[in-house]
Amino acid sequence: MSTKHPSTTRRDLIKAMAAAGVASAVGPGLLGRALAADKIVVGVIYVGPKDDYGYNQAQAQAAAAIKKLPGVTVVEEEKVPETVDVQKTMASMIEQDGAVLIFPTSFGYFDPHMIKMAEKYPKVRFAHCGGMWTEGKHPKNAGSYFGYIDECQYLNGVVAGHTSKSKKLGFIAAKPIPQVLRNINAFTLGAQSVNPAITTQVIFTGDWSLPVKEAEAANSLIDQGVDVITMHVDSPKVIVETAERRGIFVCGYHANQSALAPKGYLTGAEWNWLTPYTVHVKAAQEGKPFTNFLRGGLKEGFVKPSPYGKAVSDAARKDADGIKGKMLKDEFVIFKGPLKDNTGKVVIPGGTMQKQTDIVLEQMNYLVAGVVGKV
Amino acid sequence: MNNSATLPATAQIAAFPSDRWRRAAEAVLIPIGALFVAMVLFGAFMALVGKNPLEVYSLIYKGGFSNAFAWQNTLQRAAPLILTALCVALPAQAGLIVIGGEGALVLGGLGAAVVGHALSGGQPVAVEIAMALVGMLVGGLWISLAGALRYYRGVNETISSLLLTYIAIALFNHFVEGPLRDPASLNKPSTPPIGEAVMVGHLPGMDVHWGLAYGLVFCAVCYVLVRYTVLGFALRVVGGNVRAARLAGLRVGWLVLVSCFLGGSAAGLAGMVEVAAVHGSANASLIAGYGYSGILVSFIARHNPIAVIPVAVLVGGIAASGGLLQRRLDLPDATVLVLQGIAFMVILAAETLYGRFKAFQPQSQD
Repeated sequence: MSTKHPSTTRRDLIKAMAAAGVASAVGPGLLGRALAADKIVVGVIYVGPKDDYGYNQAQAQAAAAIKKLPGVTVVEEEKVPETVDVQKTMASMIEQDGAVLIFPTSFGYFDPHMIKMAEKYPKVRFAHCGGMWTEGKHPKNAGSYFGYIDECQYLNGVVAGHTSKSKKLGFIAAKPIPQVLRNINAFTLGAQSVNPAITTQVIFTGDWSLPVKEAEAANSLIDQGVDVITMHVDSPKVIVETAERRGIFVCGYHANQSALAPKGYLTGAEWNWLTPYTVHVKAAQEGKPFTNFLRGGLKEGFVKPSPYGKAVSDAARKDADGIKGKMLKDEFVIFKGPLKDNTGKVVIPGGTMQKQTDIVLEQMNYLVAGVVGKV
Repeated sequence: MNNSATLPATAQIAAFPSDRWRRAAEAVLIPIGALFVAMVLFGAFMALVGKNPLEVYSLIYKGGFSNAFAWQNTLQRAAPLILTALCVALPAQAGLIVIGGEGALVLGGLGAAVVGHALSGGQPVAVEIAMALVGMLVGGLWISLAGALRYYRGVNETISSLLLTYIAIALFNHFVEGPLRDPASLNKPSTPPIGEAVMVGHLPGMDVHWGLAYGLVFCAVCYVLVRYTVLGFALRVVGGNVRAARLAGLRVGWLVLVSCFLGGSAAGLAGMVEVAAVHGSANASLIAGYGYSGILVSFIARHNPIAVIPVAVLVGGIAASGGLLQRRLDLPDATVLVLQGIAFMVILAAETLYGRFKAFQPQSQD
C-alpha cells in the first residue's frame, strides 16, 4: 500500500510529471477539470460498448442528453464487467471525480455490487436500471428505474401481424427470464390481435451478447419461413442486418436500428431513458429526496416506438396507433384472462386483469399459446 | 545496450558482483526495457489519435498507483489474475501451454457455491475451507483432463484446454439456469446464496478481499515447489526435454497431470474467491474473462510464479486507470486493450534478447 495521502491528487500528478522531466511540456489544467461547486457530477456505467445499437446505446443517448443540461458533468465508463470491477468503478467515480449520482445500467450491477457501494457511500445516489429495489431490504440512497417496454413490443406485434404473409414470426432472445418472457408474450399477443392463427418461433441464444449465434438463429428462422423477426438481446445489430440481407422484415429493440435496415425495418421498441435520468438529475441538483422506485410506460414517456418504416401498411399504422392511443390513456391491458400458456395451462383466469404495475408480471415464467418454444 | 557489450571485462565484473546477480539483472532489466519500448509505442499511438501521451501516462499513474485508494483499486483487480496466471505458469514448468483457466475458474466457483450453500450455517471458517478445497479440487480435475488428453492420447493441450473452457461454461450455464437455480433469482439466474455469514471479508484495514492473500500465498508455495523441491526439479526436466526426462526414469505422465492439477486448482480457487468474497452465489458474472487475462500475466512473467505478482499488479493497475482514461479523456475502453496488446507483443519479442547481452553472461566459466 502506498503511504501517500489519498487526497493529494494534483500534487502526485505534478510529481509524476516532474519525474518524467517534462512538467513544462504539459499545459496547465490538464487534469484540472475543475469541478466547480455548483456543478454536479453524474457517473454512468455500461456493461458493453456505448455504440452497440442496443441496450447500452439507449442509456448512452440519455447520458448524452443530460450532459447538455446546465450544471451537469457526466463521466462515463463502458464495458465494465459485473464483478468487483464495477464496485471499484463506482468508488472511483465518487472518490476521483466527485460523482454524487450514479447510474449503474446493467442488471447484474444491482446485487451485490451497487448495494454494497450504496451502503459504503450513503450520501451518493445510486439509480439502477431494472433491479427490484425493495423497501426495508435495500439502502435508501439506492433505487431502480425501469420501463414497461412490453407495451412497445405489443405494438411491434400488431405491426408484424399486419405485415407477415407466412403468419410465422420469429423472436431471438437471450435467456428465458421474466423480463424477456414478458416481451415475447406481449409481441405474440399483439400479433394475435390481428390474426389469432399467428405463431411466434422463439430461439434462446443463452447469453446477452452472442453475435454469431444471433446471426445463425436469424438465418435458421428465416429458412423455416419466418418473415418478421424481433429480439431481446443486448445488441440487435446483427439480427437486424441479417434480416435486411435476407429480405424479410424486422422490428427493433432497445434503440432505433432503422439505419441498419432501411427496407425491412417496420418499427421498434425503444427506451426513452431521458425521462428517469432527468427525474434523478433534477432531484440531485435541487437536493430533493431520491425516488427509489421509478417505473413507467408509454404514457409516462419511459418507452417509445420507432417511427414506422416504409413497408408498414396504412391498416397496420391505423391499428397500432389506435392501440397506442388507448395505452396513453391507460385504457389498455396487455395481460388479461382468460390466457393459456403454450402447454394448455390457464395462466390468467377469465376476468382477471394484470395491469402493468402488477408485481406478478415481474415473475412471469410461461410462454403464451401460439409461441413455439420452451422456457 | 550494445555499449555495455564492448566494455572491458573488469567493468562488467564490477557492475554485477556475481553470476547469480547477472542472471537476476537480465531477468528484470529485459522485461522493464521491453515495457519502456511498449510505452513509447503506445505513446506514439496516443499522439496519432490526438491525445497527449504524457497526459495519458499521468492519468494511468494517477488511476492505478498514485495513492492508497488507487493502490487498493489496483490490488483488488490484480487478485484474481494472480491465481488464474498460475493456471498457465504451473503447467508451463512441465512444458505445457494451458489456456483453459476460465473453465476451471467457473466450475471451481460453481463447486464452491454448491458446498457453501449446503454447509450454510456451519462454522464460517470450516465452511470457507471446505469451499476452497472443493473449488481447487474441481478446477484441478478440470485442467487435469487436458493433461490426461495430452499424455494418453497426444491431444494438443492448448487446443483441448481452450475447448474444455467452452464445455465448462456450457455446463456452468446449464446448472445455474437449470437444476441448481435458486427459484428466487428471477432475472439473473443464480445458485442459492451461501449466506452473508460464511462470506470471506476484506483484508484488515484495506478495501481488498482475502483473495489477494490467497494468491500471494499460492504464488510463494508454488515458487518454493518449483525451485527447491524434487518435484519442481522433475517438472522442469520434463519441461526442458521430455526424452531426457524419460531416460532419467521420471514418471512423465504423472508429472504432467500433477502440474495441470496444481494449475487448475489455482484457477478453481479464484472461482471460489469470486463466489465467497464477491457474489455470494454462482452466476454468469463469474464468466468475466479473468482466466484469459491470466494467460497474458503468466506469459509476461515468463511463467515465474513470483514474477506473476508484480505483473498482475501492473495489469490490474492499467485496468484500474483504464476507467480514468475513459472518464477524463473520453477514450474508448479498447485503449487499455491496445496498451496490453502492445506490451504483450514487445515483451514476447524481447524473449529473443536473453543471452544476447554480454554484460549479463556468466563470467566465471573460463
